[in-house]
Amino acid sequence: MVRVAQLTKQVTTGDSTLTILRDVSFSIAAGEAVAVVGASGSGKSTLLGLLAGLDTPTSGSVQVDGQDLFALDEDGRAALRAQMLGFVFQSFNLLPAMTALENVMLPLELAGAPDAAGAARELLGRVGLAARLTHYPKQLSGGEQQRVAIARAFVTKPALLLADEPTGNLDAATGAEIIKLMFELNREQGATLILVTHDAELSQRCGRVLQLVGGVLQ
Amino acid sequence: MGWIGEIRLALRLLARDWRAGELTLLAVAVVVAVASVTTVGFFTDRVHQALNRQANQLLGADLVVSADRPLDAQFADEAKRLGLQVTHMLRFPSMAAGNGQTVLAEIKAVTAGYPQRGELRITDVLYTPDRRAGSIPASGTVWVDEKLLTRLQLKPGDTVEVGQSRLPVSAIITQEPDSAIGFINAGPRVMMNQADVAATGLVQVGSRIRYRVQVAGSPNAVDAYRAWVDARLQPGQRVESIQDARPEIRSALDRAEKFLNLAALFSVVLAAVAVALAARRFLQRHLDACAVMRCHGASRGRVVRLYVVQFIALGLVASIVGSVAGFLAQHALALWLGSLVTVELPGAGAMPALHGFVTGLALLLGFSLPPLLALGNVPPLRVLRRDIGAPGGMGWFAYVLGAVVIGGLILWKAGELRLGLLVFGGFVAAMLVAGLLAWGVIIAVSQLRSTGVSWRFGIANLRRRRLASVLQVAALGVGVMALLTLTIIRGELLQLWQDSLPPDAPNRFIVNIQKDQVPALEKFFAAQNITMPELHPMVRGRLIKINERAVSSADYTDDRARRLADREFNLSWATKMQKDNLLVAGQWWDTSGNKKPRSDQFSMEDGIARALGIKIGDVLTFDSAGSSYAAEVTSLRKVDWDSFNVNFFLVAPPGLLEQQPVSFVTSFYLPPGNVELLNALVKQFPNFLLIDVAQVLNQVQAMITQVSRAVQFVFLFTLLAGLVVLYAAIASTQDERLYQATMMRTLGASRAQLARANIAEFAVIGALAGLIAAAGANALGYALASRIVNVGYTFSPTVWAVGIACSIVGIAAAGYLGTRQVLRISPLRVLRQLS
Repeated sequence: MVRVAQLTKQVTTGDSTLTILRDVSFSIAAGEAVAVVGASGSGKSTLLGLLAGLDTPTSGSVQVDGQDLFALDEDGRAALRAQMLGFVFQSFNLLPAMTALENVMLPLELAGAPDAAGAARELLGRVGLAARLTHYPKQLSGGEQQRVAIARAFVTKPALLLADEPTGNLDAATGAEIIKLMFELNREQGATLILVTHDAELSQRCGRVLQLVGGVLQ
Repeated sequence: MGWIGEIRLALRLLARDWRAGELTLLAVAVVVAVASVTTVGFFTDRVHQALNRQANQLLGADLVVSADRPLDAQFADEAKRLGLQVTHMLRFPSMAAGNGQTVLAEIKAVTAGYPQRGELRITDVLYTPDRRAGSIPASGTVWVDEKLLTRLQLKPGDTVEVGQSRLPVSAIITQEPDSAIGFINAGPRVMMNQADVAATGLVQVGSRIRYRVQVAGSPNAVDAYRAWVDARLQPGQRVESIQDARPEIRSALDRAEKFLNLAALFSVVLAAVAVALAARRFLQRHLDACAVMRCHGASRGRVVRLYVVQFIALGLVASIVGSVAGFLAQHALALWLGSLVTVELPGAGAMPALHGFVTGLALLLGFSLPPLLALGNVPPLRVLRRDIGAPGGMGWFAYVLGAVVIGGLILWKAGELRLGLLVFGGFVAAMLVAGLLAWGVIIAVSQLRSTGVSWRFGIANLRRRRLASVLQVAALGVGVMALLTLTIIRGELLQLWQDSLPPDAPNRFIVNIQKDQVPALEKFFAAQNITMPELHPMVRGRLIKINERAVSSADYTDDRARRLADREFNLSWATKMQKDNLLVAGQWWDTSGNKKPRSDQFSMEDGIARALGIKIGDVLTFDSAGSSYAAEVTSLRKVDWDSFNVNFFLVAPPGLLEQQPVSFVTSFYLPPGNVELLNALVKQFPNFLLIDVAQVLNQVQAMITQVSRAVQFVFLFTLLAGLVVLYAAIASTQDERLYQATMMRTLGASRAQLARANIAEFAVIGALAGLIAAAGANALGYALASRIVNVGYTFSPTVWAVGIACSIVGIAAAGYLGTRQVLRISPLRVLRQLS
């Protein structure tokens, strides 16, 4: 599903060059659930951004479902994301001007899918928010916002789900519920899951753990 | 997805943004922009039409066709067919007798419906309050004016002999609309019903009768009629509208239009500033949405397309709302104005609404397109790293496009390149100077790290948001400048202009003074203890050749030029140029040291030279009573027609015109009420034509008063636009303020401290804006005074004092009110919203 080869990311600030990822290589099979763990600044989020094609590496390649991400241009990668990828972010990234329902509808609307509202409503029901469809993000609790974000990530039935510290902004109890929900949906849809976390409990639920130390895969 | 689906999605996004209040500020800015532009547009459209009509009062109609022979029935028939009101008139000079005396009177024979424009007022007893006539003299009676009554020493009810008829005087005319349009009809007036003309026996071959068909109605019909008439005019026939009327009235109208356009221009500028600020805020609030959409697979082009469609739709809706608001507002305005002035305002045309639409869309897209294009560049990585901010590089492009749009709108609204460039140049220069000045002062002020935590914090805010602060200062400065220009500077300019019409401007002309009467006239004035006014020789001549080319009105397309080519000029000679003339080309003849200049030269009025296509060096040949003479144009002059002094289109040095039939003309100021002098003058010199210009003067001044009122109304809307700018400026930093205030309060700052910090910040912005505004308004006032209004301008201390004080107080107060909400909201709520 995902094949990463000798991925390196460097950033230049002033006259010093900082290597965030160094020669990272791994493969993930379809249907696998993999946790990427590491301390703050170890390059986890950078790796996730590169896997999603949101950023470009200094060198190396990422193949998703056989396609070389960085052989595509930005719009090509966007099209690939629309087709295959779902996201769950630490800070939820819900759009404040849209209701819960509209936030979940957005990826379907962008894809021009028919009956976006029906699909979104169904999935919001699945994550337990059937009664809060017309609420704005600011009217929802953190846990509820993350449920909306999860519904938005799964509504397009992505083959690959990327999650960036999905419980990072939640208390332990809420975080546990969110994890449970995410794994349930992942099983139902048979998606490949890659999640970045430093939550030990969360990483133990994954089939495999990749540990990053100072940008190098251990 | 097809383009229909794309538009649908854009509209859905628009609806969501609207519902969430993301677009309110932008929409309000566009609505106010369009409302102010359309209010100004609708209103100036109507005022302009009204002014035209008031000017038409001097003509008594919208259009007059006149001829020295009876006009074909087709002239009246065509006018009626076009739906115009038609009246007929005969005018001729004739002796009128009564009480054993005779006087040369101007007979005016009218038909029912006269006058179509302006007012005919009469009274029963001289010097008692008059009333609107509402009709014409009944058949078998005449109305006469004061001049005839006093000269013949008549009482109402006495009879006047006109030709073979004896007709009783049934009323005294106190005001007639078309008496002041030219000087030829200034004799005592006898007005009679046209049905009585035949019985007088005065209409005979060789009678000097002028036949007139007068029409009035809708501007379109009048234009159509004019076109029809122009195609059929025979020699000796003439068509006249207000555009052909006297130069001083034309210049008053031109000036009125300039003042109104100026008011409209400032609304446009303020609206643009408001839209620019609101668009900037929109960009900042939509970075996340763009990142999320990109992350979900929307391409860069698609994101931009969605927002552009969204904004076009927003622009259209806001323009509709703005136009409707403008239409309603100008109605309210017209009702209010209607109670102040007697002139009825005609209905507004649809054009201003279209102008409003174009303005609204141009403003919105001109100032939001660059930020929208920039939205396409938001990196999708922002979903993981919120610190990746707004993409750079579009800033300058935004300003350039905005400036181009504003420049275009200003030029378009000014309708005149020079005025447009002047205002646009002033705007651009003001923004640049304001920005630089603000930048410098903010750096300087931020060094003052002395007193009080609030002040320090307020100033630190200014410095930290330096670019935003500079933008706010520049925008508010330009806004306040517009307000100052429209209040204080406008008032001062108008005052200057009104002052330039001195209260003792000549109000009486004496025409037809014969050479041999000059010594007697001098004696007369000496006996009356009045300084003898300067006499100007006058020769009437027809322009027959320019260089070797024969002059024909058919050679010109311009109405004024055609009429000039057709009529007799008044020529004069002089050694010195008159004080109210300004040489614009060539040289006035040198008479220093008793030098005798060559006599075959002309100095020509600049406007008429341009109308007729005459340049320095051209040789003009004139014909006066059968003898012709030629001279070269050696100088061009601008004439201040507002001075109401005697002025001539053509002046020669002594020696060229003396052999031609000559009479003299003069003007002088007669204090009101000194009518005996006029009577005595007329008794001693029965051939003099005495012309009362007070009436013309009064009408021109009434027009100016009305224009100043109109501009003041328009200014109310500019003020509204200015307030929106202020609000937009505050709102554009609201999110940041909210966050900052929350942090401060979390760290223990009191509300009072934060409020004081905000007030300090806005007071400095206000002071800077006021300073810049006062400087700009003064500079603009100077430019307008010297370039457009042609009066001397001195820098106004009032502008500095009022400008700075008002903008400190106003902007600090508005800033406090606008940011008060930030202090009220609970820090916890803000933290949750912002997380």
